[in-house]
Amino acid sequence: MHMHRYEKWWLVFGTGSLVVFLFILGISAFHQGHTPPSAKAFVNHEQVDKIAPFNEPGLKKVEGKDWDYELVVLASAFFYNPGEVEIPKGSKVKVIATSKDVVHGFGVAGTNINMMLEPGYISEYVTTLDKAGEYLVVCNEYCGTGHHTMKSMIKVVD
Amino acid sequence: MNKALEKIDRKDAKLAMAHLYVAFTALALGGLAGLLQVLVRSGKFELPANIGYYQVLTTHGVLLGLILTTFFILGFQTAAVSRTSGTFSDGQRLTGWIGFWVMLIGTAMSATMILLNEASVLYTFYAPLKAHWIFYLGLTFVVVGSWVDGAAQISKYISWRKQNPGQPGPLLTFMAIINVVLWIVATLGVAAEVLFQLLPWSLGLVDRVDILISRTLFWYFGHPLVYFWLLPAYMCWYVIIPKIIGGKIFSDSLARMSFILFLLFSIPVGLHHQLTEPGIDAGWKFLQVVLTFMVVIPSLMTAFSLFATFETYGRSQGAKGVFGWIKKLPWKDARFAVPFIGMVAFIPAGAGGLINASFQLNQVVHNTIWVTGHFHLTLATSVVLTFFGIAYWLVPHLTGRVLTPAMNKLAIVQAFTWAIGMTIMSSAMHLAGLFGAPRRSSFSTYGDAQQAMDWIPYQIAQAIGGSILFLGIILVLVIFINLAFFAPKGEEEFPIGEVEENAEKTPMILENWKIWITLTIALILIAYTVPFMEMFQNGPIGSKGYRLW
Repeated sequence: MHMHRYEKWWLVFGTGSLVVFLFILGISAFHQGHTPPSAKAFVNHEQVDKIAPFNEPGLKKVEGKDWDYELVVLASAFFYNPGEVEIPKGSKVKVIATSKDVVHGFGVAGTNINMMLEPGYISEYVTTLDKAGEYLVVCNEYCGTGHHTMKSMIKVVD
Repeated sequence: MNKALEKIDRKDAKLAMAHLYVAFTALALGGLAGLLQVLVRSGKFELPANIGYYQVLTTHGVLLGLILTTFFILGFQTAAVSRTSGTFSDGQRLTGWIGFWVMLIGTAMSATMILLNEASVLYTFYAPLKAHWIFYLGLTFVVVGSWVDGAAQISKYISWRKQNPGQPGPLLTFMAIINVVLWIVATLGVAAEVLFQLLPWSLGLVDRVDILISRTLFWYFGHPLVYFWLLPAYMCWYVIIPKIIGGKIFSDSLARMSFILFLLFSIPVGLHHQLTEPGIDAGWKFLQVVLTFMVVIPSLMTAFSLFATFETYGRSQGAKGVFGWIKKLPWKDARFAVPFIGMVAFIPAGAGGLINASFQLNQVVHNTIWVTGHFHLTLATSVVLTFFGIAYWLVPHLTGRVLTPAMNKLAIVQAFTWAIGMTIMSSAMHLAGLFGAPRRSSFSTYGDAQQAMDWIPYQIAQAIGGSILFLGIILVLVIFINLAFFAPKGEEEFPIGEVEENAEKTPMILENWKIWITLTIALILIAYTVPFMEMFQNGPIGSKGYRLW
């Protein structure tokens, strides 16, 4: 197929940039571990409030793991449990969350914590909170009439 | 000989116009729903009479995202196939009408359930929110009707190929057929979701539905859906615009090649809408992110081709300097200027799309109102303005009327109104989204949280932009009604571009459907087989239905 000389240059430049871009994404993902929340853990969502760790939602200090704290969150229409939590600044936190009923979102404004919570599936994300402040948690997936009232607060304190 | 005044058969024109009437009715109602939403979300307005915000949101999404687009596209493609491959046979036209009526009945069924507040599940209808079964059945009718409608176009293409052995099909017909094939392959996902999961479940025949499988089937369809919207705009950009400006199509083969690449790389990429979901391996998500980015290549080909056409034409008119050709373009012709604004909007829209699909950047914007802003630049500006630009010559062509200078001027005013409204609304959405403001949410201060208070000025800006956009909708409806019923009788051209005289012959391999469909299926199997098997083998118990509105 005939291609104009300039078009060849344009496509070589464009495709080249694309390859470089995807290469950087790949290194960031698989070498530096920056992958989106993709946990493959399951739970019976109808019994979830009786099953650990969701029987006791909240912040727990842990020892001997790659992170300092585990924040266990149980979402249901239209609440998060816990409704508010304080986390010491600079700590590495693993958020472990799931939904009791429909699909909810767990987006923490001003951070990279952003995941979907689906009944039966456990979502996990590890991050370090190194700036003090109040971070609003909002449900960012439509879940019903009370969707826009569903919130929680993460306070990162000195 | 003036080839431009070749007319579409009157009976085919009627079929195409029937589609456009439904499309523009959907625009009027869905646009009104959009206006109500931006007003509510500004915090200064409340819906009267127990109407729910999410009910209005469902109306807006279904009518504009699904009904306006599907009807407009199939109507435009009916006209395009009839114009370039010849009049439909009686059987083909009847097939088209059956498809049209099945879609319309389905639309009425779903719309009734939304109005009765039995289906406030938004246009993505994520389980386990459970709508009334008539809502799902109505959507099934829309999809099945679109297959029948598409079958009429495929049948016409096949009979053209039989009458012209050894020749590549007319370019515009070929493009329409690629889009129909893309649509059929993509809608198999949502059809499976509705037929095997949601319908039996909403009828009470089964108790539970697997959430992740339903979402994966939805997004298998949901991403190619955006290419189903985009490709007709590309048809206009590749084939119609060159004729309007008086130039030639840059390359027939490259145009076909880019459409084939869109077919190949629009479907096996749905997981990039599910990047923040549990239950899917990060490696498989990454593979689909890589496949997603392959559409960069046909997009670059398109951009090159369009600007090559513009520049070649400008220079043939004696333009000087590097950018002198820009002045030679017919800026006062709405048929060119309106879609051109759509093309310009596609530059930031495409860049935003790259951000959304990026493996890690998605984390920042996922489900924020940034995504809504992006969607309103791609679908609601690039695609919709191009559709308006098409309607401005297609409607008078089909109704035997003309686009008068006054309407032409009003059309340009309309497009600028749209551009201004959208710039305000979409920029405010993109910015608020970067700060974490969620999409698909009614007005809320979240207990007077400081971050949520900071979003409010952007929400007010959205209301201003949205109100300007609604003015734009009123203008486009005025023009549509004028062109359909009141404009003076006459002949309006259906512009079809021609290829440069010394262009090389189009290779027949581009129309070897066995190769392209096999490759499409192979890519889909590579991208989806393992993730699907894992979902079937490892999934948790399914979910019962909820009605939380």
